[in-house]
Amino acid sequence: MPFDAPTPDRKDGQVLPIIGRGLVLERAGRRIIDNVDLAIESGGISIIMGPNGAGKSVLLRLLTGLLNPDAGSVSWAGRRPDRTRAPSVGLVFQKPVLLRRSALANIRYVLRGAGRAERRRRAEQALARAGLGHLARSPARMLSGGEQQRLALARALAPDPDVLLLDEPCANLDPAAAGAIEALIRDARDRGTRIVLVTHDVAQARRLADDVTFLHDGRIVEQTPAASFFDKPSSSAGRAYLDGRLLID
Amino acid sequence: MQDFGAAFGEAFALLLGFDPALMEIIGLSLRVSLTAVFISALIGLPLGAVLGVSRFRGRALVLVLLNTLMGLPPVVVGLLVYLTLSNAGPLGPLALLYTPTAMIIAQSILVTPIVAALARQTIEDMHAEYDEQLRILGVGRGGMVATLLWDARYSLLTAMLAGFGRAIAEVGAVLIVGGNIHHVTRVMTTAIALETSKGNLALALGLGVVLLLLAVVINAAVMGLRATAARWAHA
Repeated sequence: MPFDAPTPDRKDGQVLPIIGRGLVLERAGRRIIDNVDLAIESGGISIIMGPNGAGKSVLLRLLTGLLNPDAGSVSWAGRRPDRTRAPSVGLVFQKPVLLRRSALANIRYVLRGAGRAERRRRAEQALARAGLGHLARSPARMLSGGEQQRLALARALAPDPDVLLLDEPCANLDPAAAGAIEALIRDARDRGTRIVLVTHDVAQARRLADDVTFLHDGRIVEQTPAASFFDKPSSSAGRAYLDGRLLID
Repeated sequence: MQDFGAAFGEAFALLLGFDPALMEIIGLSLRVSLTAVFISALIGLPLGAVLGVSRFRGRALVLVLLNTLMGLPPVVVGLLVYLTLSNAGPLGPLALLYTPTAMIIAQSILVTPIVAALARQTIEDMHAEYDEQLRILGVGRGGMVATLLWDARYSLLTAMLAGFGRAIAEVGAVLIVGGNIHHVTRVMTTAIALETSKGNLALALGLGVVLLLLAVVINAAVMGLRATAARWAHA
């Protein structure tokens, strides 16, 4: 029998709001994240944008507890991040990390607390929702790039997380595959999962965002409703980014 | 000295006729080496996996030691096991010397570092890939080790086959602790050495052919496993 993850019951997993206060992370003498305050509360889709090296992916890792800040703190519903509530915080990486198992087994891995039949039913349901029902028995790592990313997203959503963070999930995907990912994100949002999405794709951000956090040089330089950001960004960095002028140091 | 061709002919006659003496030796060889590999897997796989995912002071030293143990000289292992199991040794009262059990102990000591070191490398590589994903899923250290062992199972079988190759072909340790006693501790390698010295080349060649066939089977099994793993994207 393949080993499955020790996923706790959902009722123990309340994590919202996720709050980062005064976050600082330094590497090799450089501040990757520089005194960032950020709150993720219930409802909607937040987009984090910024040029390469702005610290977006690192910020996601700090908020999920994968990295510990050098200064500042992260809290989930008022408490420090902890392993037992981790399944309530989903994270999908740009390059999905899939287990060397079938597509179905990848999802079953994250489900526990129910009987074998119930886990299978929920896994099949999650696969069907992602449009991958016909690939349930296929080796996960043999799927196409778009299918692998949808599977990673379906797996992250299977435990019904409070919040789902996505780190450029559509990078390297064709428009159709990206569209399928966006549909899954909207569906998750509609079912009550809070979404935080890192993307470089301005068009995608316009389609999905309720609010935008713009990061530059490890700092939040703008945090505003999406319409305000795209119509009239208040920061020079934000304007330069939307105009296509690169800000990479 | 027998004619070389005639010796081969006799050897194949013994093999094809399932000569009882030959089959007894082959059976004991497989029993000893397979048991040793099983014991080595029980110890070496978890040990390698824990070393693969752990970071602690002195880890580099442990890895150097483990890799060094992969090249343990069988006669040295045989001597140490002999001293331990001899009447004057700490485990002398168990009366294990010159028994298949002593041979299994010696081979287990030889094979365990191979299985552990290969498992450590495999698990460490996979851990680098899986670490963040498993942590974000809330998987603890024990669960991580179990997951990695399961997902690396094809590669780890390769490590076990490598250990079996070492065990079945080993002669020095089993000769010292087993004594090459007819019907008791005589295995293929020790029998080949003995029969060759006696000039009985037919039996020695017959056993040699079996050993070579086993080497072919082991290599074919390794290649087959790798192909299966690649086909199922487990590699």
